[in-house]
Amino acid sequence: MQRRDFLKKTGLGVSAAAAAFSVPRLALGQSGPIRIGLMAPLSGVVAAGGREIVEGFNLYWEQNGNSAGGRKVEVLVEDDAGNPDTALQKARRLVEQEKVNFLFGNLLANTGLAVASYVKGNGVPYFIPVIAADDLTQRDRVPNVIRVAGYTASQMPRPLADWALKQGYRRIATISQDYTFGHEQCGGFAQVFSEGGGTIVNQFWNPLNTADFSPYLGQLASAKIDAVFAMELGADANRFMQQYANFGLKGQLPLLGAQNFTDQSVIRTMGPECEDIVSSAHFAEGSDNPATRKFVEAYSKKYGKMPSLYGFSHYSGAMWIHHAIDAVKGDVESRDAFLDAVRKVVLTDSPLGRPVRLDEYGNPIYDIFIRKVVKNAEGKYWNVPIETYESVSQFWTYDPAEYLKQPPYSRTFQGIRKS
Amino acid sequence: MAGLNLFQLLNGLTLAALLFIVASGFTLIFGLLRIVNLAHGALYLFGGYIGYTIAMTTGNFVLGLLGSMAAVAVMGVALDEGLLRFVRGFELRQVLLTLGVAFVLNDLALVIWGGDTFTVPVPEFLRGALRFGSIFYPKYRLFVLVLGIVVFIALWLLLHRTRLGALIRAGVDDAEMVEAMGVNIRRVFLVTFMLGSALAGLGGTIGGAFLTLYPTADAEILVFSLAVVIIGGYGSLVGAAVGSLLVGLLNTVGQVMFPELAYFVIFGPMAAILAFRPLGLFGKAA
Amino acid sequence: MTATTTTGAAAASPAGGASQRSALAWGAGIAAFFAVLPVVLSSYQVSVATEVLIFALLAMSIDVLAGYAGRTSLGHGALFGASTYVVLYWTAVLGGSPWAGLAIGIVAATVLSAVFALFCTRVSGVYFLLLTLALGMIVWGVCLRWTSVTGGENGIRGVGRPEAIADPLVFYYTVLVVVMALTWVLWRFVRSPFGLTLRGVRDSESRMRSLGYNVQLHMFLAFTVSGFFAGVAGALYALFNNFVSPSTVQLSQSVEGLLMAIIGGVGTLAGSFIGAAAIITLENVVSEYTARWPMVLGLMFVLAMIFAPEGVIGAVRRLFARSKT
Repeated sequence: MQRRDFLKKTGLGVSAAAAAFSVPRLALGQSGPIRIGLMAPLSGVVAAGGREIVEGFNLYWEQNGNSAGGRKVEVLVEDDAGNPDTALQKARRLVEQEKVNFLFGNLLANTGLAVASYVKGNGVPYFIPVIAADDLTQRDRVPNVIRVAGYTASQMPRPLADWALKQGYRRIATISQDYTFGHEQCGGFAQVFSEGGGTIVNQFWNPLNTADFSPYLGQLASAKIDAVFAMELGADANRFMQQYANFGLKGQLPLLGAQNFTDQSVIRTMGPECEDIVSSAHFAEGSDNPATRKFVEAYSKKYGKMPSLYGFSHYSGAMWIHHAIDAVKGDVESRDAFLDAVRKVVLTDSPLGRPVRLDEYGNPIYDIFIRKVVKNAEGKYWNVPIETYESVSQFWTYDPAEYLKQPPYSRTFQGIRKS
Repeated sequence: MAGLNLFQLLNGLTLAALLFIVASGFTLIFGLLRIVNLAHGALYLFGGYIGYTIAMTTGNFVLGLLGSMAAVAVMGVALDEGLLRFVRGFELRQVLLTLGVAFVLNDLALVIWGGDTFTVPVPEFLRGALRFGSIFYPKYRLFVLVLGIVVFIALWLLLHRTRLGALIRAGVDDAEMVEAMGVNIRRVFLVTFMLGSALAGLGGTIGGAFLTLYPTADAEILVFSLAVVIIGGYGSLVGAAVGSLLVGLLNTVGQVMFPELAYFVIFGPMAAILAFRPLGLFGKAA
Repeated sequence: MTATTTTGAAAASPAGGASQRSALAWGAGIAAFFAVLPVVLSSYQVSVATEVLIFALLAMSIDVLAGYAGRTSLGHGALFGASTYVVLYWTAVLGGSPWAGLAIGIVAATVLSAVFALFCTRVSGVYFLLLTLALGMIVWGVCLRWTSVTGGENGIRGVGRPEAIADPLVFYYTVLVVVMALTWVLWRFVRSPFGLTLRGVRDSESRMRSLGYNVQLHMFLAFTVSGFFAGVAGALYALFNNFVSPSTVQLSQSVEGLLMAIIGGVGTLAGSFIGAAAIITLENVVSEYTARWPMVLGLMFVLAMIFAPEGVIGAVRRLFARSKT
């Protein structure tokens, strides 16, 4: 059990054991360890990604002697089961019973939003490398919620829409999981695509956990379109790609995907069905950038598999926090100074091999790759960059103030320009 | 939008075939033993994972099928002889016990196989699509459809042309009478439980090839099985077939035409039947 | 071979001075225990204890039907959560007064349970279980898909408790008072002529019918009343959690509530407190060490069904009975 091993390694031992009804925890001063509450879905439909969040995070601390700013670092892991109620409960427990210094993690947007609303009330710092709900760094900013090494949902697909237009695609249908993360990614794509003269012919929304995509595939096959943009996560992505191939659409109809769609956590158990799918993201495990290579090798060595977005982002997130902790010389208890240090970090040594910094709204700016899934030398599939869009922020080429005037993306608002 | 054309019809039918394979096992166990085995979905998932492991290591799909059926049949025996025997005669306790087992099995599967999604590998000749008319249709799904029909015929023959089948049918009608006639009804029950479980395992491996295997698949297939058996009627093979067709087609049509009401399309009829005709369309009185 | 209850023997015995006094003693004991508890608990643990009280109320609502009317339900989690949704929708989305919100939430849950009851009056045993399960799933489906009202996957975030009960300790005692008051009401209810009729139906429906009782009407009323109590628990939960999402109404909520009632002892109201305390504290403890809580929960269910279907109280009673002979 990952977590128990880790607890043993950091020598936590007795204090956790006293558990539920013991004497209230002694206040830990500056010389005690820094306690981080890491939440991830270790059960449920995105359990694979959740596990990698923990792995990526742990790998970083292991490589760095489990310490920062002169203090030991302890990571307490809790399972949020991919469920906002559980996430809230665990967040409460971590903050109120375990007295962690700050919270980290979560995967599904709704779990992140639940925890964000909780920390809004008590000022506990909360760092979210994977929670991509747009508004957390746009219209609903919470000062102590910071997207270290993170991104907004709509940030990533926009370059892909631009690239699609450059390929000559003019008619596209989108299919996506029906929740905020999907709405925002499709919105980002649809707005740029339609503003560039393309037409979004139809948009399909499937419930999370759709086992059978055949009803949608039937409709996609009969629509007159140049390509499909798919936003599916976890098991749904897996199934969609397979069924797309089984129904003969692969090779007939180009498939474009959101970054999670062709993420390692999905494609590592797949075969030729995932080949040649194009997506866009800041991270490509097949990139030949030396920093990326080094990270991928270290991760593969330790865990026997290539890192996914989840492993990468939490590794980078840990790195980010480490720099901030060093900057305040370990004094994370002085929250304002600490949060300020976090905001000022410029991550030059991340596995991306390029410096990353936050924009004024608290979201990182990245160079985004257009990536394609290809087979590597060992016969496994990975994402390789084929083009790069530099310095893409959460606002694309829009003026932030103007952009924030439009409503947030939802099922009903996709930013589509009527021509 | 696209109405019910051949493509969607096939989608509904192939899903129905899988549902039938799984639900037939469920209905046999309920019909004869009067046990609502809420661990049936977990047996499906476990069977699928086992079938996947066997097929991946041996490279043989059929071996995976047979292996998963055998393994899950054994699990069924363990469940029946090891646990359910302590609560014989107490219907509700049995149901709740199987619910507890379902929780345990689901978590155990997560520990053993992890949370990744797996697809059972199928033989070359079943990959790809067949073309007829203007549509492509996956060969594998057609295979599932054929298999569903084959299983139906095999079960029908078993029930109506063999002694065991006669005993099962008699037991569904009146278990005490059969026992009074000197038949070891316990053995019949056990064989039925094994058969029902084996069908769940078969369903898992078959389903695992096109719907994939993942941590919540057990709850989903259980819900479908419940719906099929409630609508079609307990203990009735024909009921399971009709129920599967209805649920499979409703689900597919529902997703295409009323995506908002996806769950209602299944649970609505289920609740209505339970309230007004609890025996289902083809069920027999207890 | 139909048995309509999971236990026959653990029901409270009919009116008699001695048992009335013992029941009052139990009640006073529980109230005293919970009243004194915060002295030894940290602030976080007080909130856990608050949760125990709220879920004890949910478990009692399930127990009313399961233990006294012989109908085991897997839909009460949905009634509970429906109340939570309505309260939070009223206060957070519509900006209404929290007190009105509580009342409306409770009324909504009661109305919903009356609707459930209409479907359920004629069935019993396993069919009743499955029907309530199906109805609960419909509620869940609605909460999941009706995004414009329920927020779908994201749920609804509350705006915090009213000033008067914002402090966790004050809230704890408020909940304690409410729950103990309702426990007393439920206790009177199950001992009333109506409650006795219910137990008669549980023991033999056909006999009651032949005696001229309108079984269906009794079932309908019992269900609706139990839904009311589930609704109160749900409304309190809205204040406690300040958040609701589809998982609040899903099947596992009903399952846990049922398990709490069973562990404590079906047909004994006090058992719900024991069951709720056992499950919630166990979950807290187990989660510190391992992520395998579902497995532990499942095992508890299995073991309870085999070894202690009458729950803790039933087992204790048997022990005393045996030691007397």
